[in-house]
Amino acid sequence: MDYTSILPLMRAELTLTAILVLVFLYDLIAGRRGHHYFSAVTCGLLVVQVLVNLVPGPEGELFGGMFHTTPMGGVVKSILAIGALLVCLQADQWLQREDTRHKQGEFYILTLSTLLGMYFMISAGHFLMFFIGLELASVPMACLVAFDKYKHYSAEAGAKYILCALFSSGLMLFGVSFLYGTTGTLYFDDMPARLTGSPLEILSMVFFFSGLGFKISLVPFHLWTADAYQGAPTTVTSYLSVVSKAAAAFVLFTTLVKVFAPMVEQWQTLLWIVTVLSITVANLFAIRQRDLKRFMAFSSISQAGYIMLAVIGGSSLGMTSLVFYVLVYMVANLAVFGVLSTVEQHSGGRVSLEDYNGFYHTNPKLAVMMMLALFSLAGIPPFAGFFSKFFVFTAAFESGFYLLVFIALLNTVISLYYYLLIVKAMFITPSDAPIATFRTDSYTRLSLALCMAGVLLLGVVSAVYDGIHLFAFGL
Amino acid sequence: MEYTILILLLPFVSFLFLGLAGMKLRPVVAGAIGTAVLAVVAVLSYTTAWEYFSAGRDAAGLYPTLMPWNTVWLPISGDLHIDLGILLDPISVMMLVVISTVSLMVHIYSFGYMKGERGFQRYYAFLSLFTMSMMGLVVATNIFQMYLFWELVGVSSYLLIGFYYTKPEAIAASKKAFIVTRFADLGFLIGILVHGYYAGTFTFTPAATTLAAGVMIPLALGLMFIGGAGKSAMFPLHIWLPDAMEGPTPVSALIHAATMVVAGVYLVARMFPLFIGYAPEVLHWTAYIGAFTALYAAVVACVQSDIKRVLAFSTISQIGFMIVALGVCTSNDPHTGGLGYMASMFHLFTHAMFKALLFLGAGAIIHAVHSNEMSTMGGLRKYMPLTHITFLVACLAIAGIWPFSGFFSKDEILTACFSFSPVMGWVMTAIAGLTAFYMFRLYYGIFWGRENRELHAEHTPHEAPFTMTLPLLILAAVTCVAGFIPFGQFVSADGLPYTIHIDGSVATLSLCVAVVAIALATWMYAREKQPVADRLAERFSGLHRAAYHRFYIDEVYQFITHRVIFACISTPIAWFDRHVVDGFLNLLATATNGASCLIRQMQSGSVQRYCIWFLGGALGLTILILFIC
Repeated sequence: MDYTSILPLMRAELTLTAILVLVFLYDLIAGRRGHHYFSAVTCGLLVVQVLVNLVPGPEGELFGGMFHTTPMGGVVKSILAIGALLVCLQADQWLQREDTRHKQGEFYILTLSTLLGMYFMISAGHFLMFFIGLELASVPMACLVAFDKYKHYSAEAGAKYILCALFSSGLMLFGVSFLYGTTGTLYFDDMPARLTGSPLEILSMVFFFSGLGFKISLVPFHLWTADAYQGAPTTVTSYLSVVSKAAAAFVLFTTLVKVFAPMVEQWQTLLWIVTVLSITVANLFAIRQRDLKRFMAFSSISQAGYIMLAVIGGSSLGMTSLVFYVLVYMVANLAVFGVLSTVEQHSGGRVSLEDYNGFYHTNPKLAVMMMLALFSLAGIPPFAGFFSKFFVFTAAFESGFYLLVFIALLNTVISLYYYLLIVKAMFITPSDAPIATFRTDSYTRLSLALCMAGVLLLGVVSAVYDGIHLFAFGL
Repeated sequence: MEYTILILLLPFVSFLFLGLAGMKLRPVVAGAIGTAVLAVVAVLSYTTAWEYFSAGRDAAGLYPTLMPWNTVWLPISGDLHIDLGILLDPISVMMLVVISTVSLMVHIYSFGYMKGERGFQRYYAFLSLFTMSMMGLVVATNIFQMYLFWELVGVSSYLLIGFYYTKPEAIAASKKAFIVTRFADLGFLIGILVHGYYAGTFTFTPAATTLAAGVMIPLALGLMFIGGAGKSAMFPLHIWLPDAMEGPTPVSALIHAATMVVAGVYLVARMFPLFIGYAPEVLHWTAYIGAFTALYAAVVACVQSDIKRVLAFSTISQIGFMIVALGVCTSNDPHTGGLGYMASMFHLFTHAMFKALLFLGAGAIIHAVHSNEMSTMGGLRKYMPLTHITFLVACLAIAGIWPFSGFFSKDEILTACFSFSPVMGWVMTAIAGLTAFYMFRLYYGIFWGRENRELHAEHTPHEAPFTMTLPLLILAAVTCVAGFIPFGQFVSADGLPYTIHIDGSVATLSLCVAVVAIALATWMYAREKQPVADRLAERFSGLHRAAYHRFYIDEVYQFITHRVIFACISTPIAWFDRHVVDGFLNLLATATNGASCLIRQMQSGSVQRYCIWFLGGALGLTILILFIC
């Protein structure tokens, strides 16, 4: 084993760990005045993290195959870091509140820990390594969900989340143990040659899938989503809905395509059913929601279904479209959550659809940004969401899943309806007590501006898609 | 020459800046920014032209086709992709010069003309957008990019025609222009797709092998020409252009005289190698359409009383000339049947200058008397000497009098027509005579003739401010000398240098016709009393009225759209839509709602239930897979 290659191959993980330590130290030594700049410090460090990992690193494996570094993994890690950065920008105004100010260090440390867990998940080359990454991403997440622990909803959501997460982890480990039993190995590289597709292996594959399906919140493993999203602090919800989901979706793709390659027919059937269920059931739920955070929960479940369209073909085109979709979804969703969160802070916790009646007349800029982000989520050209949907549909279509694409297309119509409900409330429906005009803080503004740039430009500037495609070779 | 990208980027940035931050600026500052940016763009265009032509010809004796900047924007399949880039060849460089010159003149002129208007900043933002779009159109590296900018040009034209958005006529005119050209663009788009499908590429120069298989190329080119005919106001798609005069006059000068309306001509010139190689009969059909349009518009122009309308019809007629010149080409060689290509581009160049001059002159006159109607004018030469002289120069140029620029380009067109067929030559000569006649009717009606003394006593017309007369003087100077440019050295059908020589007999004939027509106009309209004109109008009152109403083409459209399309097609479709389609969708919505209610208890809120669903789901999926696979 060559120890000199640890540094380049684990660059992202090492730098993130260093940042984690730095933030921890800052929390210890910074006084009351220092706490004021917490967000700036963390965001600055995250920018460094993104910049350091911008240059593609070498490809290789460490620790006898426990740890894999791939170019596409590097791209995804950078995207996750950008997502975390945007979330941290939006977190500041919430954390500066009286009741959370003293513990804002915890928020950043927990967030960065989950991010580190996702990094290990992405780079794992062994089921146990993968499991450690998954748990590192889940357990601090439960703390984040319950961050407002004296609030009833937040505490309840945290409890539900950790219970469901434990259940899914248990089921997953159970599946992994079957895998070990039938194949005698837990290394990703050795697995495909020994898989036979026996019923027991199918059972274990589904159990493994359910663990990731829980993270991505695919139907029928999604039931925790709405409660956790609604109860968690809005900033945490946004982190949960994009970053955590994106990491799991990418890992799902690589494990299904690489590890379960001999069982391609089985997992394609599995994905087919789960995709249709996710998109349809989530849409059916979404149209009834009155609470916007709950609404966004179902929207994110149906978006997860669309992401599965990219996975199902297992092609390099699918890989590119997945990463692109995740990126586009991230900016649009973070824009929506950014607006939700800032409105919640300034209006004393108003998050229902009716509260947004007449929003355009009091806060036109926020309303327009929200509208553009929703348009992107619904997939209306020329916003980025149209292109990302187009690419995942193309990927599934080229792999021959015509019926699936057709069902997904039908569902986009339903999704358009409920996304436009919000737009209608903001722009058309009059209100006696609209949300009062307020000024957003500059961190949130910066993050919203970045998101808007993404929504408007990612689709049109084809260089982004082409750039991602460069890394999609060999999966 | 990578800097050519700035020619597109600068106006775009200026548009964004003025559009977003314009209202925070003082009007003068906004205008100054727009004009300064355009001055830079103009300088860049001139530099490009200078560098391009001074770099010389390649070994084959052609000016090379350069692509200083090109990027694949949207890959569709292996060979088929949409690029965005910049293509420099003689005609695109020529167009850059024309657009930037006229646009700069209009920017300067608008300082005076639009002074004190509401939305001055918005006006300059739109002008920048238009300039960017038009530049993008002419430097397009492929037909799809051309289409993108083509539509942008349409949008900015719509915005500018409807600039006075509180005026119902302006709104109606902008809608009309947009809908008619958009309708024509449908043909263009289908043509592009047919071309892309059969030629396997969107570039202008597909490989001969792929084309040989494509018997549909003539169809594609014909469809594309429909788009061109819409933008260039060819009969019967011309109806939007006269109404477009509701926009501010400098806009008419820029868009509806010099640049956008010649986009159709430019399109045909761009596709010329394909036309000549694979669809010469389609090309000749465009010539017949162009000739008919030229004749129709010239006749209508003879009786209009609104000076901008006269100029609008004159524009339609002159574009007809350019299309005819392209259409009568029978080969690539300017010496044997390919002269029309060069003639058309030459006329495009000279026409842009003198027609912009005419429009800007008309703007100065409207500025002075606050009306478009000829009845409010007459005798203005005393009040507006500068405008008078420059307007006369432009009239002489369009009438084709030596040594003004129009003479040279029109002479080439007529020569090309005569070599195609004598009938075409004589018809076009006659139309040229009509042109001289109605332009001088206009000239005398404005500057001589019956003066509206009461009105002028009440409000004495005055010469326009310097910002307006300066562009007039510059354009007049260009009009005087542009004819002597050895245009054939730069642009010709086969790319080889071609020395323009005046055909003696054609030149004599056209000069005689022009002089006679001018003399006739002088006899009829120059004096205070115009018995001949009045008597003629009375004698042929039916014809006069018909021509005044533009031969009722608008009414025909009205009838077809309202009585035929709306009543017989739209109403049944609307019924079907409302009852059958909506009914089905309502059913779907009800079903969705019902299903949503049914599965509601799934989301119960208790974690135990969630785990049961979770486990049950996982086991159920396993069983399903075992069954299916």
